[in-house]
Amino acid sequence: MESLLCFGLALLTAPLFPGFILKVKAFFAGRKGPPLLIKYYTLGKLFRKGSVYSTTTTFVFKLGPVVTCAGAILLLLFFPLGSRSTVIAFQGDVILLFYILAAGRFFTIAAALDTGSPFEGMGAAREALFGTLAEAAIFIILILFYRMNGSLSFAEFFAGVQPISLTGAAGALVPLVIAALFMVLLTENSRVPVDDPATHLELTMIHEVMVLDHSGPDLALIHLGSYYKLLFFASWIALLICPLDPARGLFNLPFFYGTVALVYVAIGVVESIMARLRMNLVPQFILTSCTLMFFAAILTMGYLQ
Amino acid sequence: MDRLLCIGNGQVVKRSQIPCHPFADFAAIVTDYLADNGFVVQCFGYLDHGENHLLAVLRNKDLHVLCTTVGESYPSFTGAGQSKLHMFEREIAEQYGISPRNHPWLKMVRYHPNCRQVADLFGNDYSREIPGNYPYFQVEGEAVHEVAVGPVHAGIIEPGHFRFQCVGEEVLSLEIQLGYQHRGVEKLLTEAALARLPLITEGIAGDTSIGHALCCCQALEALGGIDVNPGAQIVRCIALELERLANHIGDLGALSGDVAFTLPAAFFGRIRGEFLNLLLVLSGNRFGKSLLLPGGISQIMTTEQSTIIENKLRELEPEIRNVCDLLFTAHTVQARFEHTGTVTRAMAEDLGLVGYCGRASGLDYDVRGSFPGEVYATLPSNRNSMVNGDVLSRATVRREEISHSILLIRNLLNRSAELSAKTTMTEFSLAPDCFVAILNEGWRGELSHCLLTDDQGRIARYKVKDPSFHNWTGLAMALRNQEISDFPLCNKSFNLSYCGFDL
Repeated sequence: MESLLCFGLALLTAPLFPGFILKVKAFFAGRKGPPLLIKYYTLGKLFRKGSVYSTTTTFVFKLGPVVTCAGAILLLLFFPLGSRSTVIAFQGDVILLFYILAAGRFFTIAAALDTGSPFEGMGAAREALFGTLAEAAIFIILILFYRMNGSLSFAEFFAGVQPISLTGAAGALVPLVIAALFMVLLTENSRVPVDDPATHLELTMIHEVMVLDHSGPDLALIHLGSYYKLLFFASWIALLICPLDPARGLFNLPFFYGTVALVYVAIGVVESIMARLRMNLVPQFILTSCTLMFFAAILTMGYLQ
Repeated sequence: MDRLLCIGNGQVVKRSQIPCHPFADFAAIVTDYLADNGFVVQCFGYLDHGENHLLAVLRNKDLHVLCTTVGESYPSFTGAGQSKLHMFEREIAEQYGISPRNHPWLKMVRYHPNCRQVADLFGNDYSREIPGNYPYFQVEGEAVHEVAVGPVHAGIIEPGHFRFQCVGEEVLSLEIQLGYQHRGVEKLLTEAALARLPLITEGIAGDTSIGHALCCCQALEALGGIDVNPGAQIVRCIALELERLANHIGDLGALSGDVAFTLPAAFFGRIRGEFLNLLLVLSGNRFGKSLLLPGGISQIMTTEQSTIIENKLRELEPEIRNVCDLLFTAHTVQARFEHTGTVTRAMAEDLGLVGYCGRASGLDYDVRGSFPGEVYATLPSNRNSMVNGDVLSRATVRREEISHSILLIRNLLNRSAELSAKTTMTEFSLAPDCFVAILNEGWRGELSHCLLTDDQGRIARYKVKDPSFHNWTGLAMALRNQEISDFPLCNKSFNLSYCGFDL
């Protein structure tokens, strides 16, 4: 019951947090910025609209947004979003989870290729490459977590007998994990320095260019899916920083969402103080997070001997 | 008769004085001239007693003019390796239907019928809608893919079509097709009443309204024998420099925005507005429209206005310096700007790049220093130090020109003792059978207007050249072997005019 409540809360609040990023960026630029609820307004606007479909597209194009959004919602079912239990949990669920994520990406790419537009094909190629590299980083993190925690389930990672966090056992490795995970978050969610969510220049885009042809409710679903995905990664980092305290019960929620908000603020700060990387340097950026995690994994081996 | 006639910027010469050679001699003279560090300012066709003429204005340290007669075709300069004339030959072919034989890429520049009503060289039927006969340069190969961008873009910018031939992310070739905004400016300028000409030229390119209007006014003053009030000349220079400042600052902000570095983009966006507002103070219009008239200016600059400008400059200069420091010292920005979109000096020379694009590649040419008009002869000139030809150089040249322009405006404001008088248009007529070439350093580079008058004193030919006419090819070359994702950044660093090119 508690887990369902938290799941529902996460579904409702996910579009709020990207507003924080915009506010932080606006603050740095000396502007007022859009209202915090801007993403809700945008979603409302898009859901009220109709969709336009090119005659060259097939059902694959319509399937893309639905699968992506559904996949992102599924992700949240497996994750302890401020409660000590998850809606679904079983040993090895993390593996399934990241393949659900990959399936979402596969369908986005297929939908992009379905349009036959050269831009979308280009964006799809970039997304496929960078996504693959980010996946490597994620799986090394999972190997590390398995060595630290002995399980392969998010519920066990963060709400099990020996939760992984800054203050937990082997906490010294966690800052490395947070750094690597933050880089993966920026990559997976098309943020600066990997991608620029604010640009209108289709030749430089990665993710945005793949969804150029989607409109109305389809686009809303894509946006919604991306908010959930971002919330998932931000929650992951948040739980490493501020673990769930069994004694607090539902009072974990304010701590949890507070930390999540801080992660979003950090994204906003990064976006304000640095420029984008040149496209050919992005793989190096992602591989840096892999290297960090390899290093951490090697340390655990020495630690266990 | 001399091989070439040396003329001054804005000097009226009789058409009969212009040396007219047979084509073979003309070709030899032009080829030698261009090979010896010479550049083309203008090369255009005109009709004289039903005969096709070509007139070339060339520059090295001086300005020279010569002309020739041609029939229906002539051997192409471009085909013989003179790439400086590449676009000019295509323009002549389109405007007059005169064919350059062996031109390697004879394709229309804009898409309009020629003015002689002879058969179209490109096989287009202009009564039908675009697309006409639009061949594009193709690269063949299994891994080659083609990306077409525009003419409708995902932003509020002008229409232009960009065709990339890529292998993966690498661009092998970029072809730029413009002409979507062709309005027939040159034809209109020969038909409209003289009093309307400055207004029409202001609309050639909205961001260069002062620059083009200044060229037009200087041409009419030269041909009409109108004296200009020295105080008015000062105000005109201030207006031209304000236009340069507003655009350069806007460009630096846009460059910063293109690499997703939001802070300078926001600050420069605001500061650009401040300079446009100074033009408003000076002329009553944020783009300086209706300020310039043949003979002077339409609004006087009083001490009140010069004080506002002076105070604003004092306030803005440290802000600009700080934001520039923020932009140019950010290592993530440097990493994006450096070695991106490089145009080598040799390439820039071959294409005859002008303005900041040329200067960033090491071509030290500034009309304000080489052929000064107005009061520029009495002002210090600028030299830029960074000449690597990449985006960083083009940004740095802008930064240096910003501080130089502020210095010039300060200098000019100190001379405000020579207060200008308000000018009203009076009737004037142009000297018959004359030719004048006007050059000005607009913010993008060398602007040039050439006028030929007939025996009645009417304008027989009005030729306009925006610096973009030279520089678009530079952008296409800058993209060779670059990543396609760097195109928007390179494009912004050139920031060329579509409508200035399309006329």
